[in-house]
Amino acid sequence: MPADVQGDHLSSSIATELNTRGWDWYVDRIVSIGVFVGGVSAIIFIIGIFVFVTREGLDFALGSLDLKEFFTSINWRPTSERNPTYGILALMTGTASVTGLAMLVAVPFSLGAAIYIAEFASGRTRESLKVLVELLAAIPSVVWGFIGMSIMNPLIIEMFDVPVGLSVLNAGVILGLMAAPIMTTIAEDALKAVPDSYREAAEAMGATRWQVIFKVVLPAAKHGLMAAILLGVGRGFGETMAVLMASGHAINIPTSPFDSVRALTATIAAELGDTARGSDHYGVLFTLGIFLFVITFIINLIADVVVKGVGRQK
Amino acid sequence: MVDNAPKLSVRNLSVRYGDKQALNGISLDVFPNEIFGIIGPANSGKTSFLRALNRMEEFDANMTVEGDILFEGQDITAIRNVYALRRKVGVVFPLPVGLPMSIYENVAFAPKLAGIKKKAELDEIVERCLIRAALWDEVKDRLDALGSLLSGGQQQRLTIARALSQNPELLLLDEFSIAVDPVTTMRIEDVLKELKEEITIVLVTNLVQQARRLADRTAFFLESELIETAETEELFSGVVKDQRTRDYVEGRFG
Repeated sequence: MPADVQGDHLSSSIATELNTRGWDWYVDRIVSIGVFVGGVSAIIFIIGIFVFVTREGLDFALGSLDLKEFFTSINWRPTSERNPTYGILALMTGTASVTGLAMLVAVPFSLGAAIYIAEFASGRTRESLKVLVELLAAIPSVVWGFIGMSIMNPLIIEMFDVPVGLSVLNAGVILGLMAAPIMTTIAEDALKAVPDSYREAAEAMGATRWQVIFKVVLPAAKHGLMAAILLGVGRGFGETMAVLMASGHAINIPTSPFDSVRALTATIAAELGDTARGSDHYGVLFTLGIFLFVITFIINLIADVVVKGVGRQK
Repeated sequence: MVDNAPKLSVRNLSVRYGDKQALNGISLDVFPNEIFGIIGPANSGKTSFLRALNRMEEFDANMTVEGDILFEGQDITAIRNVYALRRKVGVVFPLPVGLPMSIYENVAFAPKLAGIKKKAELDEIVERCLIRAALWDEVKDRLDALGSLLSGGQQQRLTIARALSQNPELLLLDEFSIAVDPVTTMRIEDVLKELKEEITIVLVTNLVQQARRLADRTAFFLESELIETAETEELFSGVVKDQRTRDYVEGRFG
């Protein structure tokens, strides 16, 4: 065979190879489409939920609802036949007080646990602690509510000599313990993301373990730690069942930790089943839903911005 | 140089990481106000030697150190305040580690740990150390900028300034020029030559010629062993006890 003919033959076979799409090409296509659909569907669901909640609540919220009363009145009497009032001030303070107390409990616990796991524990202690913390995060909220009712309630009554143990204190502690594991996990990730070279450099200069942690590691991880705390706050706002069971579910602006309160979320959970679709009561509960949605959205947005460190040193 | 007592006296030092022997029975002396060079190929135990001098084994549960290390006559494996030791021994790592804080705070970190609170005093230390590390002119107008935003060479000089801020008696440099351009390397080398009037320096380097330029005496490490220690000039003029040393400094292996 002459050389040039052989050359032609070879180049045409290369051309065929370069222009034939094999199995792997189709598999790659299918996988990328599948992943795209999966990713987009999450967004679609969220938008769908938002649209649904808004559609059910917005008409009422913009129409017959007195927004001033909604935000400033403590009277939540949606079932009153003559004069129903829809004031969520007491519910907001209920949610805020429970969440606030929960953070007072959860922040020191979770940061302490995260620092111990990330900086001090090693080997098997570390691994078993991590597994344990993750296990704690998986306890269903109704179980926490049950603990609040059956263990914390009599304990609080006995310890503080108060008539009712279902209160801000009870719900706050329960919610704090619930939020702590997930906060611990995220805070620990943030601490682990601080390069070891920082620790070595600081220790080489004669810093003690505590000085290294407080002056180098915690400042370096501050964005991640803030995100952990904000996530806990979001969890506190959104939690329903445990708060419903442990808070006493009484409409009240609390003046002491021993007062019973009612949370926004618990109100929706407890009342929605009894409302007629399209009624004012139904509408106002969805308005509550929009309100919660907006708040958690803002909290998550702040957490996101904080993690990315927007506004850091220029 | 051998007429005064050694600043650092190492006897029969062995370092292991788990089962792996990193240093095997090293003995040497470092005298005050000298630059003591350590050369040797990768994995010869140079860095492990420095880590042992600063009691760095405490970072690494895997690392065990045996033998005696006398710093000013004190056995540092038996001292009770390891933090005080580390304040007297400055370390510069191969890759610059700018702590995640401002340039000023990087240099003021160690003095603050030592309890210095007065702003004027800290200002003075920061300026003095940055000048000595040949960095002051480049950063004096932006001391509040993040240390990690400096270039590699500047960061390395920042870590030298930081190591000086604790007023060390002994400065350990571990391949400081790895991330630094040649011009900056020369500037830092000039700084080191000035510094040795006041302090003692142990310089680990991969660059044989750097040891030749800077070190008064040089030790050659190979495969966890100390092959020999000699006056640098002798070592490079071929007056060596061991053929392997000659091969290494002449670039025939490693």
